[in-house]
Amino acid sequence: MKRLASVDDLPASCDLAIIGAGPAGLAAAAAAAECGLHVLVLDENPEPGGQIYRGLGAAPASRRQILGRDYERGDSLLSGMLGSTASYLSGATVWMASRDLEIGVSKDGMSRIIGARRILLATGALERPFPILGWTLPGVLTAGAAQGLLKSSGMVPQGPFVLAGTGPLLWLLASQLIAAEAPPLAILDTTLLATRSSVVGALPAFLASPYLLKGLRLMRSVRRKVRVIGGVTELRALGEGHLRSVAYRVGRGKTETINVEGLFLHQGIAPNVNMASAAGCDLAWDRVQLCWKPVTDSWGRSSVPGISIAGDGAGISGAEAAAGFGRLCGLDAAARLGRISEAERDERALPARRELSRYARGRRLLDLMFQPPDTFRRASPDAIVCRCEEITGRQVTEIVADFGEVGPNQLKSYLRCGMGPCQGRLCGLTVTEMIAAERNVSPSEVGYYRLRFPIKPVTLAEIATLPHDDDDVRAVVRG
Amino acid sequence: MADVIVIGGGIHGCSAAFHLARRGVSVQLIEKDTIGRHASGVNAGGVRQIFRALPEIPLSIAAMRLWERIEDLLDDDCGFVAQGHLFVAENDAELEQLKARRDTIVAAGFDHEELIGASELRGLVPALAGHCVGALISRRDGAALPFHTVQAFRRQMRRLGVGVAEETRVTALRRTSSVWAVETAQGDRFEAPVVVNTAGAWGAAVAAQVGERVEMQAVAPMLMISERVAPFLSQVISAAVAPLSFKQFANGTVLIGGGYEGRAHPDVNRTDLDFRKLSRNAKTVYDLFPVMRGARIIRAWAGIEGRMSDGIPVIGPSQAETGLFHAFGFSAHGFQLGPIVGSIVADLIIDGTTELPIDAFSIRRFNASEAGSRPGYSAGI
Repeated sequence: MKRLASVDDLPASCDLAIIGAGPAGLAAAAAAAECGLHVLVLDENPEPGGQIYRGLGAAPASRRQILGRDYERGDSLLSGMLGSTASYLSGATVWMASRDLEIGVSKDGMSRIIGARRILLATGALERPFPILGWTLPGVLTAGAAQGLLKSSGMVPQGPFVLAGTGPLLWLLASQLIAAEAPPLAILDTTLLATRSSVVGALPAFLASPYLLKGLRLMRSVRRKVRVIGGVTELRALGEGHLRSVAYRVGRGKTETINVEGLFLHQGIAPNVNMASAAGCDLAWDRVQLCWKPVTDSWGRSSVPGISIAGDGAGISGAEAAAGFGRLCGLDAAARLGRISEAERDERALPARRELSRYARGRRLLDLMFQPPDTFRRASPDAIVCRCEEITGRQVTEIVADFGEVGPNQLKSYLRCGMGPCQGRLCGLTVTEMIAAERNVSPSEVGYYRLRFPIKPVTLAEIATLPHDDDDVRAVVRG
Repeated sequence: MADVIVIGGGIHGCSAAFHLARRGVSVQLIEKDTIGRHASGVNAGGVRQIFRALPEIPLSIAAMRLWERIEDLLDDDCGFVAQGHLFVAENDAELEQLKARRDTIVAAGFDHEELIGASELRGLVPALAGHCVGALISRRDGAALPFHTVQAFRRQMRRLGVGVAEETRVTALRRTSSVWAVETAQGDRFEAPVVVNTAGAWGAAVAAQVGERVEMQAVAPMLMISERVAPFLSQVISAAVAPLSFKQFANGTVLIGGGYEGRAHPDVNRTDLDFRKLSRNAKTVYDLFPVMRGARIIRAWAGIEGRMSDGIPVIGPSQAETGLFHAFGFSAHGFQLGPIVGSIVADLIIDGTTELPIDAFSIRRFNASEAGSRPGYSAGI
């Protein structure tokens, strides 16, 4: 692997540009480079590994023990890319990946626009918004952010804290914090008991899936050490200037309060579709995972020629499946660019395909079981929906009533929700679902924000000083 | 059956429907997407009289009178603020060009554009780079919030009982005896004795339905906006030579435009941005406003706009059919004219005439026999 230091080192163009160095990006890079493609990997983090294997290369043995065996699975993925001919730029923010296959890259206050014959988006997932009252208070974090601190610097919360929500990551974080000797006071479990009956149909597949044992074991060990309060139907984060307590209700019971300094919220993850959406890739609403997914074929190709999508960014399927799918996308890029035949691609893809079907087996049950309840996916009248512009649930419902058949883009233009620096990453799903609920139509009818580049903020100086020697890039032939 | 069908729910269509309805005319508005979806809702929001093509100036002055009482008119302030619009000269040659412009409009009998020197300029706009030598200023100009403005019109239309069909695309326009039939892709059919074409970038296609040809291009003027920056600017700033439209909103965000164009795809409602051109736009700001260099740009976009080959809109009755009126092709500077153009259209329909001079905007100028003598106007900001 060739490590690049700055945007000046970037080639004017490459065969395959991979955005994101998580499991999907790493596997794709190794597979494509193996076939002789000129591969460029661009990643925002200081080291490869993505969210799941964050800081893997640099983690001391003690932290690895806390983070568990899965974390180490990343090792082989990492060495796959390290041993390849791919070029790699870390700390690089990709703010554009256009349908013209042009890529805007920023690092250390300098930007460049380069070209690629194909682009693979491996930008992973985002935590689903959890718009309860008080979720913007200091002291309230997402579980993913808390886990990120643990992975990258071994940091654990100092004061009393609770975890709240639903989903595998919540339980994983709990077990990791227990291992780090910083157990939460309690887990406020919002998992809907009602969904459990709808889950039965998906059970046989789950029993044969690799998730089962792992998941059950994890939950059992957490329950032994931490008080788990199930059936939570209402949650509020309270405090002036900082979180002081969490109020909750179980079922229709009375409101209880726990004094805490930390609240880690989580109710699942959703594909980070911002780049795909801004590039013009078609999106579709997933009724089980309750999120937008780019429309892709069995090789990860999006509706925009030349752009493919792998990993959780194409639909939540977990790290192992992401790696398998990344490999398929890397091989397909090589086939599309004529380095290997389609027959060879299919042949080489077989082991990954088998692996994928194994992991696909239990996925549906996992998705159904941890489906976040309606009440926590929509903001109550006083809760903040859009954190950047501080738009409340009441404002959203009022505008829907005023406009009638409204979509997220009109709300954005009118209320400015989704107009801040995060480009809707923290409110997009909430806004779509709230409009759909108010209008009593499906989210797919409501649609999503029209996103535009730059997909991440970039300074005026960087745009002003973009090198203007790029005419040759335009001549790049699309594969 | 309504009295009038308005095709196109941008600011001009909404304004026309509003002015017609408040004079008692029943109106059906048809919009292929949603109200204010295109250029009207996503433009830079400039409310300027300065640097307009001479034929537009009387309309622009009349429009300004409506803007100054927009809250009375629409029961909404539309975010309108008027702190002046300046065209800044960076050197003596540019200042000479501004002087020539000032002479031109004075000769035509207008006096709203004044020249100011370096020291007054510095006093007005302290954040401006020190090398600027003077400016042309129109002190009553300003800016408003485009999408809010169109929605304010929409609310008034609703109050006045205007029928609004959104997501309804016109596919055919036909007149039999004295009634127009408008067919749509959604299968709805509308009839009325009068039709108004305010279809913006799609206006040429509507005109073509009755055999009227114009020279129009769908364009995508690009804009960028920054994150919030501490307040440093209350006026709208343009540059004498470089394309620039620059303003800071009350919430601190800074809008950068000026007319650099991306690619417009009006058939699929899409625009593609060109960051190499935006880079030039950013460079102008980098040079003129050092305070902005470290500010982060958080979004860029482009609406779809109709630009006539001579840079001024088509306003007035059809030359091919009676009962058809055009107001489209505002060439990237139609927002400020919105409130008055709707009023002109209403006057033309109800009174058969308007007090404002609109001959220069007649679709007649695109007839082959007259095309040779057509003057050109620079596209606006």
